[in-house]
Amino acid sequence: MNQKFELPKGKITQIYGKCISLVGDDIDTDRIIPARFLKCVNFDSLGKSVFEDDRKDLKGKHPFDIEDNKGASILVVNNNFGCGSSREHAPQALMRWGIKVIIGEGFADIFYSNCIAIGIPCFTLPPKIIENIQEYMKKKELFFHIDISNSTAKSKDLNFSLNIKETSKKMFLTGEWDATSKLLENETLIVEKFNYLPYIKFNCK
Amino acid sequence: MSKNTLFDKVWDLHRVCSLPGGSDQIFIGLHLIHEVTSPQAFGALKDKNLKVKFPSRTFATVDHIVPTDNQSRPFKDILAEQMIGTLEKNCIDNNIKFFNIGSGNQGIVHVVAPELGLTQPGMTIACGDSHTSTHGAFGSIAFGIGTSQVRDVLASQTLAMNRLKVRQIWCENNLSNGVYAKDLILHIINQLGVKAGVGYAYEFAGPAISALSMEERMTICNMSIEGGARCGYINPDEKTFSYIKDRLCSPDVDNWQQAIIWWKSLRSNTNSIYDDVIKIDASQVEPTVTWGITPGQSVGVNQKIPKLNEIDPNDQFIAEEAYEYMKFNPGQEIKGTPIDVCFIGSCTNGRISDLRVAAQVLKHHKVARNVKAFVVPGSEKVAEEAKKEGLDKIFKDAGFQWREPGCSMCLAMNSDKLIGNQVSASSSNRNFKGRQGSPNGRTLLMSPAMVAAASIAGKVSDVRDIINK
Ligand code: SF4
Repeated sequence: MNQKFELPKGKITQIYGKCISLVGDDIDTDRIIPARFLKCVNFDSLGKSVFEDDRKDLKGKHPFDIEDNKGASILVVNNNFGCGSSREHAPQALMRWGIKVIIGEGFADIFYSNCIAIGIPCFTLPPKIIENIQEYMKKKELFFHIDISNSTAKSKDLNFSLNIKETSKKMFLTGEWDATSKLLENETLIVEKFNYLPYIKFNCK
Repeated sequence: MSKNTLFDKVWDLHRVCSLPGGSDQIFIGLHLIHEVTSPQAFGALKDKNLKVKFPSRTFATVDHIVPTDNQSRPFKDILAEQMIGTLEKNCIDNNIKFFNIGSGNQGIVHVVAPELGLTQPGMTIACGDSHTSTHGAFGSIAFGIGTSQVRDVLASQTLAMNRLKVRQIWCENNLSNGVYAKDLILHIINQLGVKAGVGYAYEFAGPAISALSMEERMTICNMSIEGGARCGYINPDEKTFSYIKDRLCSPDVDNWQQAIIWWKSLRSNTNSIYDDVIKIDASQVEPTVTWGITPGQSVGVNQKIPKLNEIDPNDQFIAEEAYEYMKFNPGQEIKGTPIDVCFIGSCTNGRISDLRVAAQVLKHHKVARNVKAFVVPGSEKVAEEAKKEGLDKIFKDAGFQWREPGCSMCLAMNSDKLIGNQVSASSSNRNFKGRQGSPNGRTLLMSPAMVAAASIAGKVSDVRDIINK
C-alpha cells in the first residue's frame, strides 16, 4: 500500500507508475471488497482491506501482498473486471491502496462508470496483448508512462496504443470526470425537464 | 443503432443535453437510496456546499444492514446503528421521504418502490445498487450507480451517461410446470454468458415474458445485471397497469387515463430496431441450479456439472476456479448435493408470490435434520400479507425460521452468514466467492420452490418430484 494517498483532482493527462498484474476473468466487486467492509460512512480506511479474503487465502502470495508490487499504481487485469455489485467501495479501495489506472480486456459497466467518476482511467487492450503483458511481468518489473491524450503506454521496451472511450478520455483531459459542477451548469435545462416530464405530476399527494 | 424501442424513447425524453465530452446528460425521474451507498454521497454534497436539487424525487429505505432477528434500536451492531442513524439524519436534513423500520413500508429497496407505486413505466430510475435493473419490469429504464453518481443525482437530478445498445431477448413458448422466472433468467445468463450484456440494455419480450406476473418479471429484470446488462426492461401491458393502480404513490385517479395513454405510447413496436435479437425457447428450460462462482455457471437440475472440455475456452479459467472453490468434480451430478443452509428472500425472490410458491411446496413437509432454513420477507408489506395468508405458519411448521424484512444473507452484512464452507441453497442472485458471509461459503442459486425442495430433502432435488406427486 502506498503511504501517502491523495485524491485525484482536476485534469488527468499523464500517469507514470509501476504495474501490478491480477490474472482472471470475472473478478467481482465482492472479491475486490467483501460486503463486511461496506459498513462505513466514509471510504478512508478501505485501502488495506482490498481483496481481503483472496489475500488471506493466498497467505502472502496475492499480487497485492507481494513485496515487489509495493508502490504499484497501474493495475493490469483480464475480462469483465469489477462485475457484480455497484459498490463504489471497490474502485475506492483499489484507489486507496494506490491504483491510479487500470488496463484490462474489459470492464463491467457500473464498475467502469464508478472508476471514471472518481478519477481512475480504465483502458482496454485485446486479450492476447494483455496476456503478453502479464507474461512479461512474470519475469520483469514493468513501469509505464501513460499519456491520456495519445492513449499510449510506453515502457523501456514495450509500447502500446490503448483503447479508451472517446467520451471518457475527454472527461479526464478536461477534468469533467468530476461531474457535479459540469452537470449543474445546465440548471435551466434541468428545471425545464422537471417541468416537462408528465409523470412528475401524476401523483400530487 | 437501435431506434424506436422503449429504451430509445425514454432515453430521448430524459436527455437534458449532450455534454461536451460526448456523453448525454440524463434526467433521473426517480432516485432511490439506502444506507450503504448514500452516506459518502451526502458527505460529498456537504463538502461541495451543495443542496439536494429535487428532494421530492428521492426516496429512502433501509435494507442491507438491518438485523432480521431483533430490530429494536439501537442495533447490537454499532456500525449498523451508525449507518441507519446517518441515513435518518441525512433524510431529515434534506427533506427526503424515508420508509423506516416499523413504518409498514420498509424493505429491500427494489421490493418497496414497486409496492408503493413509485416505480412506473417511462421513468428513468437510479439507485446506488446494481439490482436497480429490477424496476425495468415496469417499462422504466432503471440502472445501478455508484456513490459519486448518487452525489450527482442528489445535486443535479441528472447523470452523465453513455447511451446503451439494445438487445432484445425474445422468449418463445411457455415455461413448463415447476419451472419459474428464476430458472428462465438463470438459463438466459447461462446461454449468453455473464459478460454478454456489457454495454447493453436487455429488452425481454415474447410469449413467455408476457405470460409472467409482474413479480416474476421483476425476477427476470433483477438479474439482467448478472448477465452484464446494467439495465433490463419489459414493455408495459395491462398487467403492469393493474399492478400499479391504487398504490400509495401511483398516479391519481384524475391522471390515470392520461398516464395509461402515455405509457402505451412508449412501448417498443413493429417499427423498433434493435442492435441485436436473441431467441430463447422457454419450454426447454428446466429447474436450474448454479454450481459455480458466477451466476452463469448453472445447469438443469437433472444435468451434470460440465466437464472442462464442454466449456467455452474463454470460460475455462473461471470454471477451474469454480470446481476448486465449490469442491465439485467436473461431470458430477448437481442433484443430490448436500445442503446446510436454505435461504428464501432477496430482491430477486423475496416477494409474496415467491413465498406462496415455497409455502405450497413445504406444506405438510419438514425441513431435513441438520439443515438451517430461514425465510426473510422482502418488505414489511410482504411480511404482513404473508401473515394474513398464514404462510408464516406453514414455514414455521415446516421448520423454517421466520425473520424480519431485509437483504439478510443475500450479502450477509448483518449476522445472517454462512459458516466455514457450508453450502447454501439460496433464492438470491449472486454466488460469488464469499458472498454469503463466509470467505469459503458456497452458494447454489435456484428458485424459491427449489430451495424449499432442497430444504425438505437436505440436498439438491427436483421440485417437480414433490409438486407432481
Ligand atoms: S437483496 Fe441482495 S441483491 Fe438485493 S439489494 Fe439487497 S443485497 Fe442487493
